[in-house]
Amino acid sequence: MSRLASVRGQIERLGSGLSSQVWRVGFASRFLAYMLLHSGTALRRFHLTIAEIYFAGVLSLVIILVSGLFVGMVLGLQGYETLQRFGASESLGVLVALSLVRELGPVVAGLLFASRAGSAITAEIGLMKATEQLSAMEMMAVDPVARVVAPRFWGGVLSMPLLAALFSAMGVFGGYLVGVQLIGVDAGAFWSQMQAAVDLRNDILNGVYKSIVFGIAVTWIAVFEGYDAVPTAEGVSRATTRTVVTSSLAILALDFVLTALMFTGGNGQ
Amino acid sequence: MQQSPVLELQKPIVEIRNVSFGYEAARPVLRDIDLAIERGAVVGIMGQSGCGKTTLLRIIMGALAPTRGEARVLGRATGELDRDALYAMRRKMGMLFQFGALFTDMSVYENVAFPMREHGGLPEELIHDLVMLKLQAVGLRGAAHLTPTELSGGMARRVALARSIALDPQLILYDEPFTGLDPISFGVIVRLIRELNDSLGATSVIVTHDVQEALGVVDYVYFMAAGRVIAKGTPEEIRASPEPFVNQFVNGKPDGPVPFHYPAPEYGADLELAGA
Repeated sequence: MSRLASVRGQIERLGSGLSSQVWRVGFASRFLAYMLLHSGTALRRFHLTIAEIYFAGVLSLVIILVSGLFVGMVLGLQGYETLQRFGASESLGVLVALSLVRELGPVVAGLLFASRAGSAITAEIGLMKATEQLSAMEMMAVDPVARVVAPRFWGGVLSMPLLAALFSAMGVFGGYLVGVQLIGVDAGAFWSQMQAAVDLRNDILNGVYKSIVFGIAVTWIAVFEGYDAVPTAEGVSRATTRTVVTSSLAILALDFVLTALMFTGGNGQ
Repeated sequence: MQQSPVLELQKPIVEIRNVSFGYEAARPVLRDIDLAIERGAVVGIMGQSGCGKTTLLRIIMGALAPTRGEARVLGRATGELDRDALYAMRRKMGMLFQFGALFTDMSVYENVAFPMREHGGLPEELIHDLVMLKLQAVGLRGAAHLTPTELSGGMARRVALARSIALDPQLILYDEPFTGLDPISFGVIVRLIRELNDSLGATSVIVTHDVQEALGVVDYVYFMAAGRVIAKGTPEEIRASPEPFVNQFVNGKPDGPVPFHYPAPEYGADLELAGA
């Protein structure tokens, strides 16, 4: 009997855990809808959003550019290693560019953005809540979602595609440094094959769409976790961790879904 | 039906009628509270931590709606207001939070200018003059360029006070304004509460457990325990109150109706002495 009770207890815990997660998703969706409805201030007083683009975007530039350079350099080395076995080392440019604009650019930039900017957004909003700054704003008849959350959301959403594009550009440059300058692949072949093979709509725009979706997902998770954080030091720390974990998983899962939709079946791929 | 403004002015600025509140129905935090705060007064709501006074403050500011009864503030029933009406009411209120709640990413100047910029649509030169006026009133005009992290606790509280009176409120709420202040800062805050109340023609509500300190500044006191108002009157009446709980609290006696010992089993049994 006791075994039956313990199994029942486990099922109950699983059920309550699942239902609380579903509630949370619903709550986050209502929060997103409310924020979008109250985005007027962030868009009308655009300098508020520009300040957040600076914090989320400009201050993430160093990590994005350096990481992009190294990822591109590694792609150059690994790509050359494989391609030269088939006598196709001139296609190195194509391999580097396609890997970056289709996948690595949006995904790795998204992961870096989640850990650099997403965690900062959550911690900042969570601490503002813990120190009653958001309540103070409410008492001044200023909606904190419109004044604090929405500008951060739009700042993140606008920054992410730009960061992903810079990551890819830097990666291509890294691939060029290693492939052409270091190993000695022909520069003409490297660039011309890249130019011929990379398609604006199928490759570059699809990569941009991915980065937009990742930007929305990461920033939405970050602002929601911050706003929903338990207003204590421990609560803010947990919320920050949840932002990084949830948004990283969301990026990888969304990447699979988007890739399946974009690059398979009748897309000429 | 809309009351005429003159009649409205003769009524109390805060009227709490038969208000009860509980986060869960089984555990009421406030029970049958009745109080009226007259215009121009400095009123204290006092009691032990956990007696429901902060919940009552949250009802007055419209952050919580009463489960039963009615809370009328500035002539409006707070429980029935939608977001826009609530915000319109809050523009006439100022609130000083326990630790100031200053915006840490802004300077002292920007903090005080914040409500003016958000609501006023005023030209920047006028905002500058108003901010200087408010900072002068709390004695911190010279600190306008500092950031909140560079301020002492008492200074931060004064800047927050300047910010809460930025829009010349009719009603100023104070949540534990004396906590953690040194004697000089305490004296400054006490003086400012009275001076600002009188010079702005405002009404002030102070929620605090620092009874001795607060009794020196308020005109009238509501004393709360376990979610009820158990005593009310002028500071002299409260000091002379025969109610044992009020007496213990006002005089800071370690034992009384609020026992020194938290409920526990027999001491001897815990030490495994008696009959063991």
